[in-house]
Amino acid sequence: MIITKQKDFNDLLSLIKDGPVFIVGCSECATLCHTGGKEEVLLMRKDLEKKNIKTTGCIILEPACHLLNDKRLLKEHKKEIDEAKKILVLACGNGVQTVSEIINDTDVISGTDTLFLGEIKRANDFEKRCVMCGDCIQDLFEGVCPVSRCPKSMLNGPCGGSIDGKCEADKEIDCIWDIIYNRLKEKGQLYRFKEIRAPKDWSKSTEMRRVL
Amino acid sequence: MGYRSNLEQILSEGKFAVTAEIGPPKGADPNKIKNKGEIVEGYADAFNVTDNQTAVVRLSSMGGCFILLKMGLEPIMQITCRDRNRLAIQSDVLGAAAVGVKNMLFLTGDHQSFGNHPNAKGVYDLDSIQLIQIVKNMRDNGIFQSGDKILSGNPDVFIGAAANPFADPFELRVDRLEKKIEAGADFIQTQSVFNLDKLNTWMDEVRSRGLDKKTHILPGITPLKSLKMTERMKFHVPGVDIPDHFYDRMKKATDPKDEGYKIALELIKEVKKIKGIRGLHITALFWEDILPELIKESSLYPRP
Repeated sequence: MIITKQKDFNDLLSLIKDGPVFIVGCSECATLCHTGGKEEVLLMRKDLEKKNIKTTGCIILEPACHLLNDKRLLKEHKKEIDEAKKILVLACGNGVQTVSEIINDTDVISGTDTLFLGEIKRANDFEKRCVMCGDCIQDLFEGVCPVSRCPKSMLNGPCGGSIDGKCEADKEIDCIWDIIYNRLKEKGQLYRFKEIRAPKDWSKSTEMRRVL
Repeated sequence: MGYRSNLEQILSEGKFAVTAEIGPPKGADPNKIKNKGEIVEGYADAFNVTDNQTAVVRLSSMGGCFILLKMGLEPIMQITCRDRNRLAIQSDVLGAAAVGVKNMLFLTGDHQSFGNHPNAKGVYDLDSIQLIQIVKNMRDNGIFQSGDKILSGNPDVFIGAAANPFADPFELRVDRLEKKIEAGADFIQTQSVFNLDKLNTWMDEVRSRGLDKKTHILPGITPLKSLKMTERMKFHVPGVDIPDHFYDRMKKATDPKDEGYKIALELIKEVKKIKGIRGLHITALFWEDILPELIKESSLYPRP
């Protein structure tokens, strides 16, 4: 799941400046994150109107990252889109770009900040799990990912700042290396902790590349 | 046999070593380091120059090392993984070695969120253990991390690493020490010691695994300069463990500076007794001028 957070409403107002605005949501991740589902899109519309910013319409794309679906669905709203001066997208960073690929004569504004690929622990509680590095090595780390979950991406952790199982960079979060160590201990495989893990092969990352 | 550095020679000959830290200034004035160097000259065998310690931008470790070299002092160049990737670090190792830096100490580094540029992107392309292994391989086999060959001159450096005996579980801490030794750490400087019980427990395990024979361990000693510094280290510096009885002494002291000095003397006395310890690493943070007195009164002067 791509985890997003809605931008601060006042910050959004200064980005939008004036309307009219057409609002785009997404049926998948942004719906589950409660940042760009039907409910949030309708609420955004109401809040903008309250601030005297006109809205011409809205749509929930299914999902926003699907180019062909978006083309078809947005066509049905052509009039409302043509009337708008700003397109506000409440979807992930990918959704914003797929929309701007289709609507390229109007300003497209990102209404959310895309945070990470993560787990929904419970409603509105998300935790980072993956940075999409292109070379999954979790088999070396008891099925958890230190690349995304250690703030120093250490493959031979923990660092000296991990105290009582908590992270140096944020005392609220568990040190991922403490979790790895305890899983190895439970399995009676602590000898694996002593194996030196080589530097990561970032050439397998998909940075700047298109795949498939 | 030829030794890479004065520090290597002293440790290899079984003499008790003393290293000391010199923090570079927040600015380009070389006199700040020169003055510190003049005060501590002769009172330690080699001097650590920190690399943007606690993620605060200062004059670079390499620049600081060059200033010390010019003065005839032996530097230990600290390099962290926070600010540079594997290309930059390997290049710095070659450059510093070429100018005459013979000791280097490799660290992962404090997280950038602690420092004076919390908006920076951390690099962390490598971790300390990987970096130690890379430099050992450059030195002994003439090979870069990529497998490419070094063409003209391997960096002939004495390799150091850090250890923190004070975080739980301590078995994990000894395991990490073992990994650093296996990766290639010739000497180890530890986090500042205040909790002697924990250091002893850690050293018991170190000795039972024979690790004290495979590397040279130098526990860290930090004289507490004030109550404010004690509180900052106790409550805010990751990995530091100041027991309450020392904290209470600093709180009750009419002259905290003197009390901190006394505590440092006591700690040195106790740490010297621990079997398997090969020297001390003094980090007198912004209090470098205390070093001569501390070393003399601990019967560690003159240096070999």
